[in-house]
Amino acid sequence: MRHLRQLEDQSVYILREAYKHFDNLGMLWSMGKDSTVLLWLARKAFFGHVPFPLLHVDTSYKIPAMIEYRDRLAREWRLNLVVGQNKKALAEGMNHERGRVECCTALKTNGLKILLEEKGYTGIILGVRADEESTRAKERYFSPRDKNNDWDFRDQPPELWDQFKTSFPPNTHIRIHPLLDWTEINIWEYIKLENIPFMDLYLDKGNGTRYRSLGCAPCTFPIKSTASTVDEIIEELRATNVAERAGRAQDEGRGMEVLRKDGYM
Amino acid sequence: MDTCKAETAATVDIRDRMNIVIVGSVDHGKSTLLGRLYADTGTLPEGKVEKIQAICKQQGKEFEYAFLFDAFLEEQQQGVTIDTARTFFQWAGRQYIIIDAPGHKEFLKNMISGAARAEAALLLIDALEGVKDQSKRHGLLLSMLGVKQVTVVVNKMDLVDYSQETFALIEKEYRAFLSQLDVTPQFVIPASAKRGDNIATPSPQMAWHTGPTVLESLAQFSSESEQAEQPLRFPLQDVYKFDARRILTGRIASGRLKVGDQVIFSPSNKSAVVQTLEAFNIEPPPTQAQAGQSVGITLDEQIFVERGEIVSHESSLPLVSTTFRANLFWLGRRPLDMDKSYLVRLATHEVECRVAAIHRIVDADNLSLDQHQTNTVVKRNEVADVTIQTKAPLAFDLYSDFETTGRFVLVDDYDVSGGGIITEMVADREETLRIEARQRDFAWVTGDVTLADRAKHYGHRAALVLLIGPDTTGKTFLAKKVESTLVAEGRHVYMLDPENLRRGLDADLQEGDAREMIRRYGEVARLLIDTGVLLISTTNSFRLPADQTVEAIRTLVHPAPVLTVYMSQETTPSPIEADLSFTGPEDFTSTAHAVLTALKEKGIIAETIGNQPVFQFSI
Ligand SMILES: Nc1nc2c(ncn2[C@@H]2O[C@H](COP(=O)(O)OP(=O)(O)O)[C@@H](O)[C@H]2O)c(=O)[nH]1
Ligand SMILES: [Mg+2]
Repeated sequence: MRHLRQLEDQSVYILREAYKHFDNLGMLWSMGKDSTVLLWLARKAFFGHVPFPLLHVDTSYKIPAMIEYRDRLAREWRLNLVVGQNKKALAEGMNHERGRVECCTALKTNGLKILLEEKGYTGIILGVRADEESTRAKERYFSPRDKNNDWDFRDQPPELWDQFKTSFPPNTHIRIHPLLDWTEINIWEYIKLENIPFMDLYLDKGNGTRYRSLGCAPCTFPIKSTASTVDEIIEELRATNVAERAGRAQDEGRGMEVLRKDGYM
Repeated sequence: MDTCKAETAATVDIRDRMNIVIVGSVDHGKSTLLGRLYADTGTLPEGKVEKIQAICKQQGKEFEYAFLFDAFLEEQQQGVTIDTARTFFQWAGRQYIIIDAPGHKEFLKNMISGAARAEAALLLIDALEGVKDQSKRHGLLLSMLGVKQVTVVVNKMDLVDYSQETFALIEKEYRAFLSQLDVTPQFVIPASAKRGDNIATPSPQMAWHTGPTVLESLAQFSSESEQAEQPLRFPLQDVYKFDARRILTGRIASGRLKVGDQVIFSPSNKSAVVQTLEAFNIEPPPTQAQAGQSVGITLDEQIFVERGEIVSHESSLPLVSTTFRANLFWLGRRPLDMDKSYLVRLATHEVECRVAAIHRIVDADNLSLDQHQTNTVVKRNEVADVTIQTKAPLAFDLYSDFETTGRFVLVDDYDVSGGGIITEMVADREETLRIEARQRDFAWVTGDVTLADRAKHYGHRAALVLLIGPDTTGKTFLAKKVESTLVAEGRHVYMLDPENLRRGLDADLQEGDAREMIRRYGEVARLLIDTGVLLISTTNSFRLPADQTVEAIRTLVHPAPVLTVYMSQETTPSPIEADLSFTGPEDFTSTAHAVLTALKEKGIIAETIGNQPVFQFSI
């Protein structure tokens, strides 16, 4: 438990630094376990308040239960919810059958890009974790993006102690990653410790499957699992050697490296 | 390797966590060691080895463990780590983040970013190549970054026939180097990352080694921090007012904080009692907190304090000065230049600064060498001994006493470009007055009316407007004009002419006692400011250079805001960086108006009477 409080202290510090330095700040919320823990940490950091909007980039292919959950928490926690969508791409019929990287780029990366342009956010808080995949392992807590949203991972700014990159030239923005040091197990341990409401898609409801990671319905697949409580999830994760995102199609080959360079979360 | 796998004990509850960095010169085997550590403990994700095997085959290369974490295409093509990777490793009840740092000189800033996050380090030295430049540089940087626990791994022992003599020579040389930095390695381990000798299992080739394997040595690093046992340092991060509570937040850098504690804010010298510790979803609310925790507190009094102040107990205060000496490493694209100004960020305080002196460039090869050098710049990746001078007083500690409040970064334009540790406080000219002000403030007896109450009542904050410049430039005339304009608006303003002190309060002083005259003037101003008044004053009576006059007064009335106005006949540049400058003004009405506007912009005067002023400074 002490390790969870240590992780919490660091994440809260990062969130407060972000709030202090960015006038136009938003937090991405996909309703998945990570960004929901992130949202909870914001409520910790700001004593029950969430003083910035929560942004949901809606691909329209999300599992319907996720939208219900989103709207319920937004009401209960008095969240300022901002939903963005790449309407043009959807109107032109974009879907995963045109290629997964193409679809993710259009609906998520560009959906986010459109939202950023529209609202002029200069700081975006995201729930990515370093243990998810290998390019995220190399991220900074405060990570600059240029005017095209691109990530120059060859030349990242130094990050010394708790001094982060909080100033930046016009037309660029900073991605803030308070969960980098958390593992998938830590997320579930923390959900249990704090009793955070989460989507029951993560649990087996009798048919021997559950989702380990939630994305768009066509590209996320449930895993075989009988874990029906948080405790059972933790137990299962401790015993497995299978990567979390194994059920995510866009991670194949160099998919993530290519996507993230161009501004994917 | 099956025995190891059984021991991974991933199902064991995690007791603590720790960040470890792997450093050392390029190609000495850091990434290989990391890969090996995971492979031999059975902690790699399923399919990962197969994936790397396929990549190696495709590139026509031998299998490289390094590719497990060198994720970028460029890294694999060039066989070099470019940026640090956080990797997650769990062993014997402890959760590790192992940070693989690049060894290449070109990526030193990435190595530093990785090492700055670590509590302990594995430092690798290639047995065949021996101790290299970068091996020493990394050792030096570890000590500057606060990584005190170091285990040295002499790697590639397979290339020197597992020779004990070769190992002993390298051990001796590197221990001698580290001792100059006051660092004693916990272990020096002979190993071969490629073959797996002494990584996760003891090496039959080196039976002469009686110490631990690399894996065993990890458990020997202590994750207990002594910081909680030190005096309190709580750098203020922000002040929130989301609801009825006014919450001061921050992360405790050292010591403990309890409800009921009398605390002091430095450098403003304000004090108050901690009323509550605020927390979300924790029942019952905590009554104390300690080093490492991000907390929120409320105070018994609504004193106005702001980000950057350091909260402590009165029994152990941080140092306050505008000048300090430091060891600094520079990572900027442009060299560190004595003619440029930078931002120094120390804990949460941010203030403009200059490098007043570059005493020497530290040579990692020759640490103790204290040759006389004349440098005006510090180049990228160099370490230097410098004196830094800030524009406003800063609260800090010596690095040898306190880690977090004893180190700082320099920001050039948009980028953090260097970091340093404070080795010495340099007393500046105002040191004596600052101590006087501090002691007087701690003992100051107040009524029930606070400065904030007065500010609300008068529609402005207590402040001081200082008019400087040559004689007969209309300073007194302007002072009168500003005073009467403001009083007509219903503000509480007073023109304090220093001449008025001369024959009364200063009657016992001689012409030459300028410093004492300023001191008395400053104390009078401090008193009046405590009544909530906005003071306007000329300064010629003191017959001292304007910068000295202003600094001394500022120190004594600190932290009340001081607005400086420079007036001259011709366009002679102001001897200080004044907030406002006027040349031979003819239209004093508009000049007075400009002063009023500046007071409003600074948040000293509320926009309209009766409105609560916007506070940008602490009261
Ligand atoms: N013979 C031998 N080669 C090694 C050993 N450790 C690493 N290497 C090789 O040294 C090269 C550089 O290793 P790498 O881990 O990339 O070094 P890094 O730059 O310190 O991360 C690679 O070709 C490795 O296979 C070792 O113990 N013995
Ligand atoms: Mg490497």
